[in-house]
Amino acid sequence: MTTDAAPLAPPRPSSRGARAGQSGSVAWMALPALAIFLGFAVLPLLGVLALSFTKWDGLGAIHPIGIGNWSSVLADPSLFHSLWVTFEVMLFSWLVQTPIALLLGVFMAGQHRYRAVLAVFYFVPLLLSAAAIAVTFKALLDPNFGLGPGLHSDLLTQNWLGDPVLAMGVIIFIVSWQFIPFHALIYQGAVRQIPSSLYEAAALDGAGRMRTFFSITLPQLKYTVITSSTLMVVGSLTFFDLIFVLTAGGPGDSTRVLALEMYRRGFGANQMGPASVLAVILVLVGLVIALGLRRLGGNADESQLEGV
Amino acid sequence: MEPMNTSRRNFLQLVGLGVPVSVALAACGGEPSQTGAGGGSGGGKGVASYWTLSGKPQEDIRKDTIARFNKANPKSKIDITLFANDAYKQKVKTAIGAGKAPTMIWGWGGGGLKSYVDADQVVDLTSWFDENPDLKEKRFPSTLGAATVDGKLYAVPIETVTPIVLYWNKKIFDQVGAEPPQSWGDIMDLVPKFNAKGIAPFSLAGQSLWTNMMWLEFLFDRIGGPDVFQAVFDGEKNAWSNPAALKALGEVQKLVKANGFQKGFQSTVADQNADQALLFTGKAAMMLHGAWTYGSMKADGGDFVTGGNLGYMNFPSVDGGKGDPSDTVGNPGQYVSISSKASKEAQDAAKKLLTTTMLDDTEVQKWIDNGNIAVVKSAGDLISGVSDANDKAWLQFVYDTSSKASVFAQSWDQALPPSQATPLLDNIGKLFQMDISPQQFADNMNKTIGT
Repeated sequence: MTTDAAPLAPPRPSSRGARAGQSGSVAWMALPALAIFLGFAVLPLLGVLALSFTKWDGLGAIHPIGIGNWSSVLADPSLFHSLWVTFEVMLFSWLVQTPIALLLGVFMAGQHRYRAVLAVFYFVPLLLSAAAIAVTFKALLDPNFGLGPGLHSDLLTQNWLGDPVLAMGVIIFIVSWQFIPFHALIYQGAVRQIPSSLYEAAALDGAGRMRTFFSITLPQLKYTVITSSTLMVVGSLTFFDLIFVLTAGGPGDSTRVLALEMYRRGFGANQMGPASVLAVILVLVGLVIALGLRRLGGNADESQLEGV
Repeated sequence: MEPMNTSRRNFLQLVGLGVPVSVALAACGGEPSQTGAGGGSGGGKGVASYWTLSGKPQEDIRKDTIARFNKANPKSKIDITLFANDAYKQKVKTAIGAGKAPTMIWGWGGGGLKSYVDADQVVDLTSWFDENPDLKEKRFPSTLGAATVDGKLYAVPIETVTPIVLYWNKKIFDQVGAEPPQSWGDIMDLVPKFNAKGIAPFSLAGQSLWTNMMWLEFLFDRIGGPDVFQAVFDGEKNAWSNPAALKALGEVQKLVKANGFQKGFQSTVADQNADQALLFTGKAAMMLHGAWTYGSMKADGGDFVTGGNLGYMNFPSVDGGKGDPSDTVGNPGQYVSISSKASKEAQDAAKKLLTTTMLDDTEVQKWIDNGNIAVVKSAGDLISGVSDANDKAWLQFVYDTSSKASVFAQSWDQALPPSQATPLLDNIGKLFQMDISPQQFADNMNKTIGT
């Protein structure tokens, strides 16, 4: 899932592998990926950057207008509103997902058969497309025809998607419901990597379950927590389909994340220039957050298994 | 859309981060939610393509017309592709911008059409109209306004005249002992009456936003007359700050505050017809909606329409208002333009369709059968031949409302260019959410004038 720990090519024992030849072959192997990356990522990104300095309605000719789009977008309160909404989704979905996914992962790592069976069920939400999930929840949560009125339950008959606070809560719930299984899977794999000798030593020292969890499991999962958090945080920047179908950014603009604002400007109002500014901002925010999280992890080469 | 997101994702992978593919924006910018492609044309690639809207019963008539044309013209077949309303608006714009426009572009005329004209994307049909005088002759004159940009015709009015009307559920009115409203004051008096019985006074698909806009269209007209919005359309400075406009905006907020709409109206979507379902299941007493909903309520509502339980009227007057209560708003017609990027062969096939099968007697009769008045004068003569008494009364009502209106205004979001229509819908959403006051609404919208 991540190239964080991409292993360095081990030095070949063979004496034939001259240094020059070896590095030559490695560079060659990177070419296809590099070509695709340049063609489908760097080039369009430069295109978006260039478009952000132009006026274009998506239909006619493109006119360069300098920094006009940047100054108008940066002066527009809706940019900061949508940044804030994006941040809210990011923060709350991280806060909900991380502890639950971690505990589920630890639970699933156990070798009992019933845990393996349960793990399969946990995985189901991840198999559904976000649009299908959104349509389903929208129908279930409808205050007039949904689950609540169907069961005659006043508690369930709330204005789930029409109230700003509830709508945000519903989005965070669905995001978590969908992605917790994925992160639990990452944690499950990581827990199984922890050498059992550590647990045996802890048991000999008389450590209980809680103590073992906090003193061994959790510290050993440090890098996994960072990987999983990075995926959650950067992933939440790109939430679009789910929110688009569920609330379309509403009620009002209370769930309008940056990606939706970009879409609305570009494809609703035909203002590709300002939309490109938003796209560039989105890329920058993603980069800064991702790099920040990597910093947080410290030196990735530092071993956690010193002396084992 | 797609290039931007792809770029971001791959760019992040370069710096050592993966992003789950499952959050990729599969739904955005990819393939459309396409239904019924081919439309009974018997398969095979046609020489021309036609994009239009899905939704019954209209889509069956659209497909049937194309199928009949293809049968008669096996050498110049036309492919029809159907899209859901809200998705279509973006999809067709993107396709035109990308040079992938269909030969025939279905639309609402007005501001959207103007943006295609400005970008040189559609064919000037003025001389073709002159060569085929029959085209203008058989249509209602009121349909041509929204097809005209700078004095030239760029679209052909097709399909139906659909004013917005006020529907009401007669059963529910009987049950509560209420009378249909004669004025805006009556409407406000009815609201607590229905709420007391646990029935929503009005059904509204508030997430679609253009649905909320219909309320403002009528209130602006009834309070201040048609000139209030005309000033906005003409780009007059601070046109939204007209006192009549501010009063209309305030009135609609009063209605929201009085719980005039069903619980959760903010998340109801028009494309799924949930708003219509509220009316015909008796969960709501009234609904302000386009005449195009008659057919689907008849199809989905059990005996609601066929049993004579559906009432309808033009929007009532507002006490002390300047507007003529015969005025109406809505779609004077639907429109089809021809892409200037299409080959000559494709353009010829499209023109042939428009002069022959499109809106021929068979199609006009089919629209009548489904409770719609087609945009041609002959539609009025067909009403007397309708056997179903409910349909007959409805058709007469639509015909009278449309033909006797002193002003038949085009829906605002269609009349305005997209750069003003999008912030308009946006601010309407906030207005109905009570996030902004009428004054803030006017201030926000004044800023968009001239963009």
